[in-house]
Amino acid sequence: MIDREQVQKVAHLARLKLTPDEEEQFTTQLNDILDYFEQLSELDVTDVQPTTRAIDVSNVVRPDHHQPYGQREALLENAPDRDGEFFKVPKIVTGD
Amino acid sequence: MTTALKTTQYEAVIGLETHCQLSTETKIFSDSSATFTADPNINIDPVCLGLPGVLPVLNQKVLEYAVKAGLALNCQIAPYSKFDRKQYFYPDLPKNYQISQFDLPIAEHGWIEVEITDSTGKPVLDQAGNSITKRIGITRLHMEEDAGKLVHGGSDRLSGSTYSLVDYNRAGVPLVEIVSEPDMRTGQEAAEYAQELRRIMRYLGVSDGNMQEGSLRCDVNISVRPIGQQEFGTKVEIKNMNSFSAIQKAIDHEIERQIQAIARGEKILQETRLWEEGAQRTISMRIKEGSSDYRYFPEPDLGPIEVSSQQMEAWRSELPELPYQKRPRYEETLGLSPYDARVLTDDRAIAEYFEAVVAANANPKLAANWIMGDISAYLNTERLSITEIPLKPKALGELIGLIEAGTISNKIAKDILPELLAKGGSAKDLVERKGLSQISDTGEIEAAIAAVLAENPSELEQYRAGKTKLLGFFVGKVMKQTGGRADPKLTNQLLANKLNP
Repeated sequence: MIDREQVQKVAHLARLKLTPDEEEQFTTQLNDILDYFEQLSELDVTDVQPTTRAIDVSNVVRPDHHQPYGQREALLENAPDRDGEFFKVPKIVTGD
Repeated sequence: MTTALKTTQYEAVIGLETHCQLSTETKIFSDSSATFTADPNINIDPVCLGLPGVLPVLNQKVLEYAVKAGLALNCQIAPYSKFDRKQYFYPDLPKNYQISQFDLPIAEHGWIEVEITDSTGKPVLDQAGNSITKRIGITRLHMEEDAGKLVHGGSDRLSGSTYSLVDYNRAGVPLVEIVSEPDMRTGQEAAEYAQELRRIMRYLGVSDGNMQEGSLRCDVNISVRPIGQQEFGTKVEIKNMNSFSAIQKAIDHEIERQIQAIARGEKILQETRLWEEGAQRTISMRIKEGSSDYRYFPEPDLGPIEVSSQQMEAWRSELPELPYQKRPRYEETLGLSPYDARVLTDDRAIAEYFEAVVAANANPKLAANWIMGDISAYLNTERLSITEIPLKPKALGELIGLIEAGTISNKIAKDILPELLAKGGSAKDLVERKGLSQISDTGEIEAAIAAVLAENPSELEQYRAGKTKLLGFFVGKVMKQTGGRADPKLTNQLLANKLNP
C-alpha cells in the first residue's frame, strides 16, 4: 500500500507540484497499478535472475574514433531556450 | 566542561572520492570529442544531450582504461559489471540522470601503499633507513560520465528574472571515480594518497591528472573521534581543493575545526563544506539531510560488461612498471636513497630517461645527481620536458663514464653540459674536439708546475717560509696553465712534493 506521504515524496523527487486533489487521485491510481502488478507475486521466481534488458548481449562497445555530429546549430535551436552558443536554463537555487 | 573532556585526544578518519578524467579521444557513450574546447557547445551530439530515441554505446577505450587502472590499484576486476542511472535534477545534466555504476562496479577491493613524508615532502625513514609506507584500501573504481558546466547566471534584461547558461562540452566525458577506504588519519596521508593516484594514472597514460583544469578532482570525507572509540563521528564532505597542498591544508583545517567544535560541546553537522583557498578555511555549502535519494536502477540502454580472463591478462601485460614498483627497485638494486627514488619516479619520462642512462653503464647515483641537479634545473628554466632535450640518455651516460674514468673532471663536465643540453651529440666527441680531456700524465703536470714556480718566486719563498696556505694559490695557477684540465688530485700531490723537497 502506498500512502499520501509517499506520493508527496515521489512527486518531490520528480520535481512535480501536485494539488491536494491530484495527490488524492494519484494515491488511488498508484495503488491500483501496484495491486495489478502484485498478481505477479503469485509466480515462484526463486531461481530466476532479475531481467533488466530484453535481449541477452554483453560487451557492446565502439572504437574510440572521433566523428563530430555536424549539426550543432540544429541541437542548439532545438532547445527550449538559448543565448548565442549557450543553452539557457532557469537559474537553479542549490539545496533542496 | 570537565577537565577530562579538555584533555581528550582525537583522531581524524579520512576517505577520498577521486574523479579522474580519462584521456580518450571521444566521449564515453558517443563519438564527440572528449578533449577540452574553450568555445561552448562544440562537442555536443544527440546522445550526450539525451535527446529522445538515441542509444549510448560504450567507448572500448574507457573500458580498457578503467580495467588497467583497476589492475594498477590492485583491485579485483568484476567478471560481470553493469551501468546504472543515478537520478538527480540539475541543468548540468541534460538527461536528468547520470549514467554511472552502482552495485556492480568494474573494479573493487584494491589498495595502494603510500609513503609517509615530512612537511618538506621527504620520505620519513625508519632506523634502517628505509621509507615508511602505509596501505590505503580502495573500496571501488567505477566508470561514469561527467556533467556539463553552468557558466554563469545573469539578470535577464527583459523580465528581471535570473537564468544560467550551460555548456555541454564536458557532458559525457569519461571519468573513473575511485573511492578509498576511510584509512587515512592526516592531511599529509591524504595528499600523498591523491598524489600517488595521479602518478599511477599518468604512468598508465589513462589520464593527465591535471588538478587545475579539473581532470583530477578530490572530494574528502572527514570525521573526528576520541582515540580508542570504535564508531565514526559525523562525517563532513569538503570540496574545491585544486592542489595537493590545498587538500592537505583543507583537511588539517577541518580536523582542527571539528575538534574545537566538539570540545565546545557542539554537534558536528553532516554537511558539505567548500575550501576557500584565499581565506584558508572551509565554509558550509549545504546541509545533507539523510543520504540523497538517487533512485539508481539498471541502465536499460547499455548491456552488461563481462571482461574475460584472457582480455584482462592481455591488458595486465600492457601495464608499465609502476612508481610503487620502481621505488623499491631503485633503492634495492640500484642503491639509491628513498628520497632520490621518490624524486626520479615521480614522472614516468624522467624515470625512463634515468633508466636509459643507467643502461648506458652509468653509475646510478651519479646519474641520479645529474638528472635531479643540473638537468632538472635546465628543464625548469627552459620549461622543457626531458623527452624534448637534444641530450640523449646515452650521451649523459658517456659523460658520467668520462668522469668516472678520470678522463674529465667534474668541473669540466659541468662546463660542457650546457652545450650538450642545447645541441646534443656525443660527450666523448665534444671532449676530444675541445681538447678537454684531463691531464693525468705526471710529466706534463710537473712541467706546468715548474713553469708556475718559476713565474712566482716570491710566493714560493713565502710558502717555504711557512705560509703553507699558499698551496691553493699554486693549484689555481697550475689549473689555469692547463686550461682546467690537470687532474686535481694528482696536481695537489705533485705540488706538495715540489714545494716540500
